[in-house]
Amino acid sequence: MEKEFEIIDHTADVGIRAYGASMNQAFANAAKALFSLITELDDVDEVLHRDIELVAPDQESLLVEWLNELIYIFDAENIIFKRFDITQLNSTRLKARGYGEKVDSSKHKLKIGVKAATYHMLKVDKPSGYQVQVLFDI
Amino acid sequence: MPALWQGILKKIDDYRWQIPKSYKEGMTVPGLIFASESMLDHIWQDQVFQQVANVAFLPGIVGHSLAMPDIHWGYGFPIGGVAATRVKDGVISPGGVGFDINCGVRLLRANLTEEEVRAKIEQLIAELYVNIPSGLGSEGKIRVSEKELNEVLIKGSWWAVEKGFGEAEDIVVTEESGCLKGANPDKVSSKAKKRGVPQLGTLGSGNHFLEVEVVDEIYDQDAARAMGISDVGQVLILIHTGSRGFGHEVCSDYVRLLGEAVKKYGINLPDRQLACAPVNSPEGQDYLQAMACAANYAWTNRQCITHWTRESLVKVFGKSREELGLEQIYDVCHNIAKIEEYPIDGKKQKLCVHRKGATRAFPAGHPDVPDVYQDIGQPVLIPGDMGRCSYVALGTEMAMKESFGSTCHGAGRVQSRAAAKRSLRGSDVVKALAAKGITVKAESMGSLAEEASEAYKDVTEVVEVTHKAGLSRKVARAIPIGVIKG
Repeated sequence: MEKEFEIIDHTADVGIRAYGASMNQAFANAAKALFSLITELDDVDEVLHRDIELVAPDQESLLVEWLNELIYIFDAENIIFKRFDITQLNSTRLKARGYGEKVDSSKHKLKIGVKAATYHMLKVDKPSGYQVQVLFDI
Repeated sequence: MPALWQGILKKIDDYRWQIPKSYKEGMTVPGLIFASESMLDHIWQDQVFQQVANVAFLPGIVGHSLAMPDIHWGYGFPIGGVAATRVKDGVISPGGVGFDINCGVRLLRANLTEEEVRAKIEQLIAELYVNIPSGLGSEGKIRVSEKELNEVLIKGSWWAVEKGFGEAEDIVVTEESGCLKGANPDKVSSKAKKRGVPQLGTLGSGNHFLEVEVVDEIYDQDAARAMGISDVGQVLILIHTGSRGFGHEVCSDYVRLLGEAVKKYGINLPDRQLACAPVNSPEGQDYLQAMACAANYAWTNRQCITHWTRESLVKVFGKSREELGLEQIYDVCHNIAKIEEYPIDGKKQKLCVHRKGATRAFPAGHPDVPDVYQDIGQPVLIPGDMGRCSYVALGTEMAMKESFGSTCHGAGRVQSRAAAKRSLRGSDVVKALAAKGITVKAESMGSLAEEASEAYKDVTEVVEVTHKAGLSRKVARAIPIGVIKG
């Protein structure tokens, strides 16, 4: 299987670089990378889903918004997602469905808290295949 | 081989290094790094110079873009950065405050000796761990409605004291008396409030902690006595936390909103995370009002945790609150923007002082210093990592002249979290701490490895620089004996 994402070292925080055959897939893998920082995704089942719809002024902002929306849902509702279907994505609009479940402390070992996605080191591009990069504040 | 920073940095003296305006086109003021020469190689590797230079682009910035010796690579602003902008024609940047708005430190003193506490340290740490919700995803014991949350956001520590969490005496020795004025809950998104409701009264995760420590060195007896620190061996309690998901959401919301303002006002920035708006614009004012809400949330948070800390000690030691003392020495915030006045070109001017990982350090006689500390200056609380030590210091006149009344805030990371985890195991960290006589309890072993001593600069080196440069002066040092971490 092609590499979905990798974690980038940063002194204070943690970055991710996600790949995909399409931008939709790269966005989905970035979200997966985010939740892989929070817990072991193998321990997460697809019990529920949430629909997410966002607009932003440009695609880079859309990526930050997308990840921040997921951080918000995790923080406010304690939901961990493990799979994403991005049904619509252009430079200003995203529609997606995330699958996962509520945090269950007997089942999920939480690793690190992610405060937010930042605009620092942010990249959305297509050198060979699609690639996105984000730095999280931890 | 000459160091990589040679030819770029201009040495002012042993603790001051200037980044000239010519370093990067677009800088409107020079940068100034407070550091010892031996710290510079690491600072260079960490790309901090670039970030200090980028901050110097901010419209209306005065003096220097400043870096404290605990500086490290952040996002947009460096962590350990101070930037003051003119209120009349300068900007405010949420990134210059950070996501954890009013992350800060509170110090309590106990009428207990090291011996007494060591005898019960396991029990005490276990009790604190149960009594103070900590860790990722932890929910507070306080249940507030969204309407009541608005009260928290307006009143800060006062809300907590009214509800029976702590005392009015605590407020007197809290920066801004635990309540930043101008807070307007209407400027806060409902998402921030939804994140804030369940997390009120929680320690959180990451580098946040509660530490039981023992004074092991006193540098200024009179000042220490004025803070109620009578002797070596005295027990102190240090609480480090902030505004939790509430503050993070406020920052995210306003980085987005001010990203639009950057275009509207035609501001030229080298990094989007520096998003800003004129202080006097509607966008800038909205952020200040929302930021004040988050600052007040954080003070309420530390106030509630203070109360549970006292309850825990009373229970474990079977003594009354009066016998145990447990008075608050001080509470500082180290992620904040404040409107303060400083002389610029011979004239007093209102400035917006961004302190991102920097502590206010006002001198004796300053009107914002509480009465009890008028003669010595504002206490500055500088936590180190959990295996070394932390410091109590005081603000100085030099800080007023040179760093907009600011000094360092802690140790500063040198190793990434992933690198720390690769080289250390949480269980080994526990053993190493135990060998030093430190009991630690944490939700996750992984987070312990990330927060190990090896991942941080030695806080002693940091504090030496600010002491010798005169930005703050050392009063006492304390070593940890028990730690709870999220």
